[in-house]
Amino acid sequence: MSRTLLPVAWLLDFVAATGRATRFFLRLCWLALASIRRMRLVVDQVHFIGNYSLSIILVSGLLIGFVLGLQGYYTLRRYGSEEALGLLVTLSLVRELGPVVTALLFAGRAGTSLTAEVGLMKAGEQIDAMEMMAVDPVARVLAPRFLAAVFAMPLLAALFSALGVLGGYLVGVAMIGVDPGAFWSQMQSGVDWLADVGNGVLKSIVFGFTVAFVALFVGYNAQPTPEGVARATTTTVVSASLAILGLDFILTALMFSST
Amino acid sequence: MKRSGVDLLVGLFVLLGFAALVFLALRAGNMSSAVGLGPTYTTIARFDNIGGLKPRAAVRSAGVVVGRVESIRFDDQSYQAEVSLALDQRYKFPKDSSVKILTSGLLGEQYIGLVPGGDDQMLADGDRITLTQSAVVLENLIGQFLYGRAAEGAPKQ
Repeated sequence: MSRTLLPVAWLLDFVAATGRATRFFLRLCWLALASIRRMRLVVDQVHFIGNYSLSIILVSGLLIGFVLGLQGYYTLRRYGSEEALGLLVTLSLVRELGPVVTALLFAGRAGTSLTAEVGLMKAGEQIDAMEMMAVDPVARVLAPRFLAAVFAMPLLAALFSALGVLGGYLVGVAMIGVDPGAFWSQMQSGVDWLADVGNGVLKSIVFGFTVAFVALFVGYNAQPTPEGVARATTTTVVSASLAILGLDFILTALMFSST
Repeated sequence: MKRSGVDLLVGLFVLLGFAALVFLALRAGNMSSAVGLGPTYTTIARFDNIGGLKPRAAVRSAGVVVGRVESIRFDDQSYQAEVSLALDQRYKFPKDSSVKILTSGLLGEQYIGLVPGGDDQMLADGDRITLTQSAVVLENLIGQFLYGRAAEGAPKQ
């Protein structure tokens, strides 16, 4: 191929890769719906993905709540509006930090293990063996994991936000001494359950799809060698994190532009 | 791990997750107050200018929330804003009650203040409140003040 055609070839490759990824995504979504019949497998995966991520999610949620409480208090005190601390902590958590930080942690905690697991299955030729036995590995191995991750992610994000609010309460009210009544009432008057909480949940569902898809796609297409699996795991964290942050910008612009 | 052990842990995780969601919606959010209004009846009020009033703003009488703004639309016949108010069924107000648009604090959110009148008849669903007072628009107020000062100062020159 001549040198001038190189960009064209690269572009064609890119378009083809996008098409392959989209086809894989749609196939995963369809098979994930079908895997509801294999509830056992899905429950096992929720246990593996969700329960094992609980500790890191809960502890980070609480700590982020502490930090938000402290920093928010220092800034709000200048304007004499410490009572708005509850509102500040909750809105930042529910709208942004809850879904985004949970998704980033989730990509690091659960996404990598999914990629490594699927990649090693491929390296150990287990995937090939399944195909030989006429078992579709995407339906048997990937789809339950996809469904479990999509299901676990919003729950983890909600737990993260709830623990964060609690952390903000502990620092703001118990430690610094903001009035507890004002803390909660300002929060309740400023946080809309549909526009804020609902959109946050929607965000976390989208991020669940993103992380699960990236992790499984990268794992399934990994080079079946030890280095290939190592590289795939790194790729999962980097791509998933960038995708989450990029998507978050778009989703925020779509959801909160009117207010 | 045993089957039932996994089930138990997963169940616990799911329940915890949903509990967190309910906590966020009810305790941190305003779902309880949005649902907790109970049955309502709707009345309509027209304003020349609603300022920054938004749907779901509070309707207060004597400072107590007695209803919420249901919807706001522009009436191109009278060129006024038509605001429908969902009032709590528990509270009855005389037909000649008046409403005005107030601001909580100097720069706070706008709400509707309902001042009861003295009529024997009570407001019912679909009734119109005729006595209304528009929002105070700060720019107009400043403009009036400036013109007033200018008019005061003029003859002395």
